[in-house]
Amino acid sequence: MNRDNDKGKVLIKRSLVLGVVKFLMFIVIIARLYYLQVYQADKYKTLADENRISTRLLVPPRGVIYDRHGEMLATNRQNFQALMVAEQTPNVQETLDAFKKIMPLSEAEEEKIKKDLKKNRSFVPVRIKDNLSWEEIAKIQLNAPDLPGIIIDEGLTRFYPFGEKMAHFIGYVSSVSDNDVKDDPLLEVPGFKIGKAGIEKLYEKQLRGKGGNLKLEVNAYGRIMKEIEKVEGIPGDRIDLSIDSRLQAKAYDSFGEESGAAIVLDVNTGEILAFVSTPAYDPNALSQGVSTEEWKELSSNEKNPLVNKALSGQYSPGSTFKMVVALAALESGAITAQSRSFCAGKMILGNHTFHCWKNFGHGYIDVVQALQHSCDIFFYETAQKLGINKIAEMARVFGLGKKVNIGLENEKAGLIPDTEWKRQRFGESWQTGESLISGIGQGYILTTPVQLAVMTARIANGGYEVEPTFRKVTTGARLNFKKMNIAPVNMELIKQGMYDVVNTPGGTAFGNRIDFNGQKMSGKTGTTQVRRISMKERQTGVLKQEDLPWKLRNHALFVGYAPHDNPRYAVAVLVEHGRGGSTAARIGGQILLEALKLDASSQPLE
Amino acid sequence: MYKSYETSIKNQAMTLREKIASISFSYVMFILILAGIGVTMLYSAANGSWSPWALNQLLRFGLGFAVMVVFALTDIRVFMRYAYIFYFIALVLLIIVEVSGHIGMGAQRWINLGFMKLQPSELMKIALVLALARYFHSSSLQAIESIRGIIIPTLMVFFPALLVMTQPDLGTALMLVFTAGAMFFAVGVQLWKFGVLILGAIVSMPIAWHFLHDYQQNRVLTFLNPERDPLGAGYHIIQSKIALGSGGMFGKGFLKGTQSHLNFLPEKHTDFIFTMLSEEFGMIGAVFVVIINFLIIAYSYSFALKSTSYFGKLAAIGLATNFFFYVFINMAMVLGLIPVVGIPLPLISYGGTVILSVMAGFGIILSVHINRNINIGKD
Repeated sequence: MNRDNDKGKVLIKRSLVLGVVKFLMFIVIIARLYYLQVYQADKYKTLADENRISTRLLVPPRGVIYDRHGEMLATNRQNFQALMVAEQTPNVQETLDAFKKIMPLSEAEEEKIKKDLKKNRSFVPVRIKDNLSWEEIAKIQLNAPDLPGIIIDEGLTRFYPFGEKMAHFIGYVSSVSDNDVKDDPLLEVPGFKIGKAGIEKLYEKQLRGKGGNLKLEVNAYGRIMKEIEKVEGIPGDRIDLSIDSRLQAKAYDSFGEESGAAIVLDVNTGEILAFVSTPAYDPNALSQGVSTEEWKELSSNEKNPLVNKALSGQYSPGSTFKMVVALAALESGAITAQSRSFCAGKMILGNHTFHCWKNFGHGYIDVVQALQHSCDIFFYETAQKLGINKIAEMARVFGLGKKVNIGLENEKAGLIPDTEWKRQRFGESWQTGESLISGIGQGYILTTPVQLAVMTARIANGGYEVEPTFRKVTTGARLNFKKMNIAPVNMELIKQGMYDVVNTPGGTAFGNRIDFNGQKMSGKTGTTQVRRISMKERQTGVLKQEDLPWKLRNHALFVGYAPHDNPRYAVAVLVEHGRGGSTAARIGGQILLEALKLDASSQPLE
Repeated sequence: MYKSYETSIKNQAMTLREKIASISFSYVMFILILAGIGVTMLYSAANGSWSPWALNQLLRFGLGFAVMVVFALTDIRVFMRYAYIFYFIALVLLIIVEVSGHIGMGAQRWINLGFMKLQPSELMKIALVLALARYFHSSSLQAIESIRGIIIPTLMVFFPALLVMTQPDLGTALMLVFTAGAMFFAVGVQLWKFGVLILGAIVSMPIAWHFLHDYQQNRVLTFLNPERDPLGAGYHIIQSKIALGSGGMFGKGFLKGTQSHLNFLPEKHTDFIFTMLSEEFGMIGAVFVVIINFLIIAYSYSFALKSTSYFGKLAAIGLATNFFFYVFINMAMVLGLIPVVGIPLPLISYGGTVILSVMAGFGIILSVHINRNINIGKD
């Protein structure tokens, strides 16, 4: 009985111990609840929201680019695409097959679709085909019963109405690449495109706008349950360019099959009215993405459609440089308006013979005539008297040898040599013969077509250091550009020479003169060799340009302005392997004539 | 002898009305509260719908309640008399499940009764407690304190635990062992024997590790480092902690638990229902549930202490301990304190067998209370 009593006491004692242990274990549970639900509550609330809220960026419409008259040069076009929602079709393959009967899909496309379908959850729409035409949309809708799970979705894609005509300054947009600076969460949005070249790249920040936010509640499988909050983005700014789309189109077309560049500037404001580099690419195609083959074709084309020749092409200015040489000589007093040279067709310096383009020479000739006839001998002699440094100094005043910095990529600076440059570059002293060929814009000198346009504008406006710009100048007034320290009388002599080039019989561009209600063009042609003519060839007769392969033909240049008496438009034209200066002069004439016509039609009625 | 006979006669003579009158009203209230919370949470788990869980649970609880009342009104000596038979039936059912699992379509834990699936392991939880209570009731303290005296009860634990373990159901096997262990402790088995057992367990752990199934090994490894596999096994624990923590002090509100309703929380209607409750009703709600559970256990203890029979005392303590392990293991598991072992929260988690076994247990505890004055002899 005692033992039984003990047994009962042990049970009670030990049970109480057990009870206390259980109580303590419940305290542990409560402590843990406190730790998680009070002490760490904020952390877990954040994590729960991260689970539940999916924030999506809303892509704002990209800013529209307009020309000076409000014509759209780059805009956003509705893009209809066919999407497939896998969970809405009983059989993905059957639906795809039915789709293929309506619209063929390449094997690569089909493979990508299947990969995307596998990668995404079954309620995520996968793109089947985009850029659908109205007919294609109609076909899909007509066959909708056979196409379960196919939906048509509307988005925006960049569209360039003028296609390749504006390509080299507008540029294009394309998908964000690994090298792009990801300073904006928008860049992480799949399919988002940014400016990769031209104005699209230059004004990327303004054009892009600001992304909106869409906060969605999603479940564990990513399915959208409801919209929590929507903050609309800010559309990109509109950009108004100085370009005149009609002049631009005319300028582009006037090249035909030729490869080259043309720039038209307003000589007072510096506004770029036309900016052509031919041939060009289609920015619509590049924005949508081209295949490797198409890209290869573009990049291997001998006429370099991907290169912006107006800005990245460096060419000897040839005779278009003679105005600079003449002005330097007149200003320094090396020659006067009355100074004459005798051109016998060649000139001997040391053991070198320097030829004029005209075999039998021009006879006695002054500076205005030398410009009109583009006499080389006159400029050899002038350059000899002047020295390279004076020439280089004047060239720089006219904007040659340095970048114009209009913001487009891959601009080249060109090259204006002087004695110091030669010493640094080659460790050699400057040779007189090098001054001679510099006098006719050959030798080391390199310029870009844009620089030549700036040079011409500065001559045309009477010596104001106008700077080119792509932005529309709204004031319409002449801007406060610095006036060069050049005697007006000398400037007039040069302009007289340029007038005679085009409008006086015997001038090198007389055949390309224009007359629009009495408004005429002044200008200067240039022809530069891309090959060396040997002594032997000179003796046996120089090969005709037409007999040479395209790549070996001369480059043709023309710079000009109009109207001759009250200049408004300056043009620079380069035609690669265009044989002779008149090829460029013809194009330049057409462009300036169009500019004059457009000017007349846009004048307000009085 | 005479006196005890007198008492037992007197108690035997208790009318049904008297028995019903002496059912602890508070105890039943706590049970009803828990069941009510359970049905409410299942309603929420189905996004505010009675189907598929809440109504079913209510019906099962009704059945369980009936079982509880019947057991409560049953004479305590009946449980003692049939304790071993009950134990053998449960053991045979476990063996049947085991054998049919081997012959049939893979692992199986239940026997289909048509209207419900009976898990013999749940029966065994009650049966083992009753069988051990009867065994120790008949033992002397000397026998309990001797090694020979605890060989038989040890085997009584060992066989069902082994069978359940191979089902495989590690959680239930552990519960059987823990509950039995607590009873061994309560009756006075010396602490050093537990020390030897635990030591032996630690030594044999590497061997036991090899017997664990891959998914069980994974659960342990994942518990030790949940970030090991954030999308796989660790996902449950991580999402459970996020749900709990984000509930904060006052919760997100009924039907407003984002983790639960957006399906980030797995098994929200079964093992992780306490998480969902804590998300929607915060720490206040969670602590309330803890307190109700604690009160049920505390009342069970007081019933045990008031009972004059050793069998009644030990049975009530064993059943209360069994209930405690359900609650503690489930809560500790969803709170990330122990590995996920798949133990439901009784009366709140969805599941029929658990309701029946727990309610049967409550019925027996109530019977201990009602029959507290019946003194049972050693045989």
